Amino acid sequence: MIGGIDITTLIAMLMVASTPVLLAATGELVAERAGVLNLGVEGMMILGAVGGFAVAVSTQNAYLGFLAGAVCGMVLALLFATLTQIFLSNQVATGLALTLFGLGLSALLGKSYEGMRPPATPRLDFGPLSDIPVLGRILFSHDWVVYLSLVLVALVWGFLRFTRAGLILRAVGENHHAAHALGYRVILVRFAALGFGGACAGLGGAYLSLVRVPQWTEGMTAGAGWIALAIVVFASWRPERVLIGAYLFGGITALQLQLQAAGYAIPVHLLSMAPYIVTIVALVLLSIAHRHGAQAGPASLGKPFHASS
Amino acid sequence: MITLIKRPAPSARWAWATPLLAVLATMIAGGLLFAALGTDPFEAIRAIFWDPILGPNASYFRGQLLVKAAPLILIASGLAVGFRAGIWNIGAEGQYIVGALSGAWLALHLYPAETVWLFPAMVVMGALGGLVWGLIPALLKVAFGVNEILVSLMLVYVAENLLAYMAFGPLKNPDGFGMPGSRNLQQYPSAHNPELLAGTGAHWGVVAALIAVIFTYILMHRHIAGFRIRVAGEAPRAARFAGVEPKRLVIFCLGLSGAFAGMAGLFEVAGPSGQVTDSFNAGYGFTAIIVAFLGRLHPVGVLLAGLLMALTYIGGDVAQLMLQLPPAAIQVFQGMLLFFLLGFDVLTNYRIRFGRRA
Repeated sequence: MIGGIDITTLIAMLMVASTPVLLAATGELVAERAGVLNLGVEGMMILGAVGGFAVAVSTQNAYLGFLAGAVCGMVLALLFATLTQIFLSNQVATGLALTLFGLGLSALLGKSYEGMRPPATPRLDFGPLSDIPVLGRILFSHDWVVYLSLVLVALVWGFLRFTRAGLILRAVGENHHAAHALGYRVILVRFAALGFGGACAGLGGAYLSLVRVPQWTEGMTAGAGWIALAIVVFASWRPERVLIGAYLFGGITALQLQLQAAGYAIPVHLLSMAPYIVTIVALVLLSIAHRHGAQAGPASLGKPFHASS
Repeated sequence: MITLIKRPAPSARWAWATPLLAVLATMIAGGLLFAALGTDPFEAIRAIFWDPILGPNASYFRGQLLVKAAPLILIASGLAVGFRAGIWNIGAEGQYIVGALSGAWLALHLYPAETVWLFPAMVVMGALGGLVWGLIPALLKVAFGVNEILVSLMLVYVAENLLAYMAFGPLKNPDGFGMPGSRNLQQYPSAHNPELLAGTGAHWGVVAALIAVIFTYILMHRHIAGFRIRVAGEAPRAARFAGVEPKRLVIFCLGLSGAFAGMAGLFEVAGPSGQVTDSFNAGYGFTAIIVAFLGRLHPVGVLLAGLLMALTYIGGDVAQLMLQLPPAAIQVFQGMLLFFLLGFDVLTNYRIRFGRRA
């Protein structure tokens, strides 16, 4: 205990608090490495949150809920892919549209689910491991999605680094004209990357409504999708750094909640600003650190691709 | 096989036709959505687009049209300037809140002042508040190269928490029996932003919105600065050779849109809303993004788009009242409108050819 805050609880809470943004940021990282900037993460997350919640409540099955959340996010991402890759719309504007649309649609769909409780998400049983003092509480006391998110980061890291498909994806993101000239299907690769990103964001959203909160309230993502976008920049488009960024952010969120609970005389609303201010500060510090070197995003990031030009 | 062939220059005809097409497509898709919700689609479309202007209770709703359109137009005309230059201020909602807080703070701090100078001073404070909030992402971008999209958006959440803090703390009405929210500025004559012509809904914010449209029109289409802004957006390298200083452009665009959004917030809090509460902001800052795009980033277009979007807000209220349509349905409707617009825009920049590749 330091200043009325239990460190073990804080770290265990951090892992849960980070999981939604970690999932969303990992998915967005893959999309951005393929050269597409999808600013609709917030919209995909919240649709995943409501879709996952609705299915989990009506089937009383948390697994189906998470699946539905991922599907909702993916559907929205494929809509984005169709508009930006086939109709060649502006990626920034379309991403914003996706967020506004997602927020509206989720509010519409979620109205009748307010105040309900979702079915419990099962914890993984590690047997005696979870009885280890301190470490057991921190590492072996979580539900399966927490571990899934960690596995996902490792898989994405391995995929981008060691597989041929990962190499093609990166080639498409770095120079889509060259990749096209080599015979790779730029648009197909980007559809796949966006779909994966959407599924991850939807899964993260479902985690918010099924585990983290756990209930459905309108606008419950409260900027988590935008923070996921910031974390991708913060991580310089590297999966292992996404993990650091997301846990750092989760740490701030958990600490802020613990400070509220510990009854410090700081107004709640000022404490709630902390995660957003810290995100801005982190982006500034990172930009200063990379001032002279390359803070290189994928070279084709955000540029439209049309085979004729 | 359908192929797209890039036009040498965007088609001017399609540029104006796509918004109309998008509205039409949204009506159809929206009709399907309403049908899926169990509402008669024709009734719903009529309630949204017809009843507020020409229906039986139109005299009440017509006044609301300008009340809703004014902040949208004021904010969107500022945003459109930045979007033209490729500077993405998406935090107008935050600038709107901080502008409202700054102006309201002045009035409540001087309570009960009785001077005609109070309201103009509040407008200036509102603009300054929005300006400062908009300059934070601008300066961070100029000094450190931080992405303005993310920073301006993060600041929305900071502003929302600041608003809640103020409404429950420093600005709370001391005579309010512990209820959250500030004194009502509508009952504070020298701070009130009144209806100027009875029944029209026109308050000072409407005047400001019109001035903003004229100002941005002159700036963008009759002045060298507007030419530079447009070149910077379309061909950044060419602009740099032509002597456009990108850093000054970032500061100008974010500052201008911030100040406009701040003023819009002040007019709202001193007029139609009246009170600083934790939820007085109605998402105008986000809807204004749709307005800016729907208006083709052109001042006159923004004016028309703002009126149309205000109509959907009021129509949403009518539909909610008469057909029990959920309030969020109208948000979906607005989102769809932007989707269709962006999708149809392919016609502006590309020619569609059916048949085999040439």
